[in-house]
Amino acid sequence: MSTPNDAPPRIGVDEWVARSGERRDRGSGPSAAIVRALERVGWWQRLAVIAAIVALFPLLTSSDYAVRVGVNTLLLATLALGLNVVVGWTGLLDLGYVAFYGFGAYGFALLSSNQLGSSGIHLPSLLAIVIVVVAAALLGLLLGLPSRRLQGDYLAIVTLFFGQIFVETVTNVAPKVTGGPNGVVGIDPLNFFGLEVTTTRGYFYVLLIVTVVIMGALHLIDSSRTGRGWRAVREDPLAAALMTIPVNKVKLLAFSVGAAVAALAGTIFAAFQAGAYPTDFDTPFLILVYAGVILGGSGSIAGAVLGATVVSVTLELLRNPSQAATLFYGLILLTLVVRVRPWRKLGAVLAALVAFGFAVHAVIGAISASAVAGHPRSGGWVGDALGSWVVVPADPKGPGNIAFVVLILGLVALVQLKGTARTVLLVPLLYLAAFVWETRLVAEASITRQILLGAILIVMMNARPQGLLGSKRVEVL
Amino acid sequence: MRNGDRAASDAILLRLEEITTHYGPIRILEQVSIEVGEGELVCLLGGNASGKSTTLKTILGLVRPTSGRVLLRGEDVTNRQVSYRVGRGMAIVPENRRVFAPLTVLENLELGAYLRHGEDLREEFERVYTLFPRLHERGDQLAGTLSGGEQQMLAMGRALMSRPRLLLMDEPSMGLSPALVEQNFEIIAQIHATGVGILVVEQNANMALSIADRGYVLQTGQVVLANRSSELLASDELKKAYLGR
Repeated sequence: MSTPNDAPPRIGVDEWVARSGERRDRGSGPSAAIVRALERVGWWQRLAVIAAIVALFPLLTSSDYAVRVGVNTLLLATLALGLNVVVGWTGLLDLGYVAFYGFGAYGFALLSSNQLGSSGIHLPSLLAIVIVVVAAALLGLLLGLPSRRLQGDYLAIVTLFFGQIFVETVTNVAPKVTGGPNGVVGIDPLNFFGLEVTTTRGYFYVLLIVTVVIMGALHLIDSSRTGRGWRAVREDPLAAALMTIPVNKVKLLAFSVGAAVAALAGTIFAAFQAGAYPTDFDTPFLILVYAGVILGGSGSIAGAVLGATVVSVTLELLRNPSQAATLFYGLILLTLVVRVRPWRKLGAVLAALVAFGFAVHAVIGAISASAVAGHPRSGGWVGDALGSWVVVPADPKGPGNIAFVVLILGLVALVQLKGTARTVLLVPLLYLAAFVWETRLVAEASITRQILLGAILIVMMNARPQGLLGSKRVEVL
Repeated sequence: MRNGDRAASDAILLRLEEITTHYGPIRILEQVSIEVGEGELVCLLGGNASGKSTTLKTILGLVRPTSGRVLLRGEDVTNRQVSYRVGRGMAIVPENRRVFAPLTVLENLELGAYLRHGEDLREEFERVYTLFPRLHERGDQLAGTLSGGEQQMLAMGRALMSRPRLLLMDEPSMGLSPALVEQNFEIIAQIHATGVGILVVEQNANMALSIADRGYVLQTGQVVLANRSSELLASDELKKAYLGR
């Protein structure tokens, strides 16, 4: 419509006041300029460029592991896209979503393995995928039925129950069919008209195409009558009904579309890992999908993909201790740069931190040699750099545990304090964080992963409650 | 109960025939009969808990009456869904406006024409934009960022998008400043001038009667007064009805 760029209104006049919110949203400075430049490029062009860049990724790396991470990321992104329809657009809190992913995987597994019958069923992949996706869409309708009556938390409970039923069913009900806890193994690879997809790279490209097609389709739906209907139902079901939107049908359709997308991802997942196991579809995985959608910005297509990518890649980086260390220290530094203003104060804090560390190391080293006998567990340059700065006892476990508790208490105190006291407390706390990391966290990789991911999510959601690409909530006053 | 003489129009858009409505065992409306003629502006007045909202809900089909009939242009729609009724030329501007805050002004308007999928809506947009040039200026803005008055315009524009013959308005002056209330009623009069029949449900009796052709006054679920606006304004029965006897 009208571009408010031409001739800005005089400061203080009504028009200027009326546009204050608009100006705040548009922002100023270099980041806003980049955002505006991006907005001038069309949605489809942006999608094409990003897809092309992502398509280059397997060519740039020789590591199969990296491409495997890429496959997992695309799977999570696809799932986030489907969940975004149900949660982001229609506002239905569906906690049984991952069951459809599992349904897709198991459905494909049974139709493409030796599991059923004497010689098994081996349908062509496309046929199997279509059957499974359609069945999932119907199942989605079925699960959607309670949504006609239940709202918010109540729907969440019912759907959560459904998710658990799925896991229980495939684990316990008919072990002959679903393989029980051992799952289904020996699933055929994807096979399109005689062309078998067997490599990790192959699956990467299949998934990339699927993700891009789904993004395109969802973008079209979003700007259509159906998309508007979904969002209207999310905002105000009664007003939507008064606009003659068939609220119940619209909700069921959202469930159905979400289920179909999840099942599609499930079929490819099953073919990729040549197996389907019940633990892959449990609640922890659901939380990852939700984390992706919420982090990216609920209601945004690109946001769902970006959020899923951040979650997936972060989790993967945290697997490796030295990468995890870089991420840990990097994030702390980034947070300091963002939060501690002005620059003089930041410089003072960092200088004090370095001095504090050497002093502590020297003092403790003078008291007892064994207290500084250990070496930082973080490998690489980070570990070397910290060698004579952070205290690591020969037996780090006990002191590390105590320090962890003290660190948490210190953080609570830090949040409560204001002004100079806060800055002063920051220095020993930062040192303590490094101490806890080197003595304890780095040794417990799997737990640290979860804690760090949680911490990252908390920090990010605090900094940007609407998610990376989400739009701010607008309330009617 | 007295029958007010209707304005001189032959066709009757909406007729409630002796509607009685219960919520569970509690009787909310008793033998309520109301008429809105083609192109007529009628107001339904009453204090709190007088049954105004229930009457409106019965008209819309959100509440089913225990007895009585709802006729829309002669057709019995008592047992029809909301969407059917709206498809037959009825639209509502809900209480508190209820615009879809995170959707743009344009999307809100398009949702108003949800039933008219695939039709050419240019004429409707033009009509709405002529009445409310503000909405045209702010097409891409999120509805939630509009001022209260603009949201009221949007709610009215949204309702007009379905090209209604009958427009229902639930408490249009609720939550607006006095200046905006006045402006609001001017707009209602303007819409009325384009030939749309309007039923305004209001607490603000003086303001509503100043533009309406006729008025009904509800008290504890019964129509206690029905007359031309001028006569209602002149008599002190209105005051009595409002304050109770």
